[in-house]
Amino acid sequence: MLRFLNLTLGGIGTGAVYAAVALALVLIWRSTRIVNFAQGGMMMISTFVAWSVIGRTGSFWLGLAAALLAGLILGAVVERLVIRPVESAPALNAVIVTLGLLVFLQALAGIIWGGEPRSFPPAFGIVGFKIGDTRLLFSPSDLFAVLAVLGLMILLGLLFQRTSIGLQMRAAAFAPEISRVLGVRVGRTLTLGWALAALVGALAGVLVAPASFVSPNAFDEILVFGFTAAVLGGLDSPPGAVVGGLILGLLLSYLAGYAGSDVVTLGALAILVAVLLIRPNGLFARPAGRRI
Amino acid sequence: MSLLSVRDLSVGYGPVRALAGVNLELAEGAITAVLGANGAGKTTLLRTVNGLLRPSSGSVRLAGREITTLPVEDVVRHGVAHVPEGRGVITELTVAENLRLGGLWRRDPADLRVAMREVYQLFEPLALSRDRPAGTLSGGERQMLALGRALVSRPRLLMLDEPSLGLASRITTELMTVVRRLRAELGMTVLLVEQNARSALSIADQAVVLNVGRVVADQPAAVLAADDTLRHSYLGF
Repeated sequence: MLRFLNLTLGGIGTGAVYAAVALALVLIWRSTRIVNFAQGGMMMISTFVAWSVIGRTGSFWLGLAAALLAGLILGAVVERLVIRPVESAPALNAVIVTLGLLVFLQALAGIIWGGEPRSFPPAFGIVGFKIGDTRLLFSPSDLFAVLAVLGLMILLGLLFQRTSIGLQMRAAAFAPEISRVLGVRVGRTLTLGWALAALVGALAGVLVAPASFVSPNAFDEILVFGFTAAVLGGLDSPPGAVVGGLILGLLLSYLAGYAGSDVVTLGALAILVAVLLIRPNGLFARPAGRRI
Repeated sequence: MSLLSVRDLSVGYGPVRALAGVNLELAEGAITAVLGANGAGKTTLLRTVNGLLRPSSGSVRLAGREITTLPVEDVVRHGVAHVPEGRGVITELTVAENLRLGGLWRRDPADLRVAMREVYQLFEPLALSRDRPAGTLSGGERQMLALGRALVSRPRLLMLDEPSLGLASRITTELMTVVRRLRAELGMTVLLVEQNARSALSIADQAVVLNVGRVVADQPAAVLAADDTLRHSYLGF
């Protein structure tokens, strides 16, 4: 029973990070119909920025702030310089461009920070909470990860649902041409969308880095998990991405606990294939609205 | 005095000429109907005026100001509201969100609320379903929403593209009555594109007939309605 509890708590902890990566992918997919394969690379750059700042100042919080800021800027710059030229081109062009960007960012990081994995400090202790005499596999650091992701999601939800900017971003994602006819500056909403997606990715990077270390391709695997979570949630729905991330975190945690940790990646692949075969629009797909 | 002035406008899709040397003067405070068969260039005309399409030659002026090459986002800011063909409501957003979107660029939240209240008074069905997704509305309600959304921006020029398409004739009549009221009470200038010539002529002051990209008639609506030859050859009734 304790084992199950531990696996569940661990699953929620990692699931929160998958949820953040999935959300970063979904935010971009729903507004531009591009799967951003460079997301892992962008996360890695912002995490290295955090690593440098923590190394200089010794403050985790300054490092986190720097990572979020670096994410925002990197996202905006990438959209303006790299994505904008291929936005109206066939979808495959954008896929190739994001893959190229991934390689570029990884090479750049190698030049600046070197190729060996760097250890990254956690925000809080990584020793599990204690209930009575038993120590749980859930640490203050895990709790911080869950709360940070949750907090950011609530903020994003408020931004999208309650503000004019959010309304314009949603409108631009659903119907870009109509939105322009109504005076929405769709180009700007796309830039902002990429910036916010990269911000979410930056948070995920800082949260996962203590466990994975930071190196130019440290986040390749988590991008695959994040993508699986996004597909699980339907690729189009931000709440779906969050739920998908948590479900995936739990499933993989049980899989690791009961079947062995070496089948985890295979398990993620199996889930991805199964979802695409059985429910290609995600677990929470709604029937399409009336088309008149 | 004309509000919109289109001079020698030509637009092409690749090698295909959609408009060839179109001239048009829209009197301020009048309803001008643009009629013609499918493919005559009516929608192309609207899309060029509002900046979605770039003409190959010619000019578009709004109240004397050149707007030919402005992108659509900026044309909107000069007071041109466009209700596109097929309504163009955003089905995933609620009725209220669709309406709000129409007036956001004016950055006047207080007046936006007033404008939305006016629309709810004008179209009661919308007031009853503010928080429902627009995708759940009927065709007539969607047209009301699209028209209301244009009004929220308090336009100087209202452009309607085939508002009667796919609607029951009773609802079309209702909508046309509203458009006529807008002209009578607010002095709004309206550019109404219709295939349904009969209903358009019933409210228009001036009528323009397009045929394969050229203007073949530009007359007071009553004169045009009485011209049997023209009606038979281009309007099909």
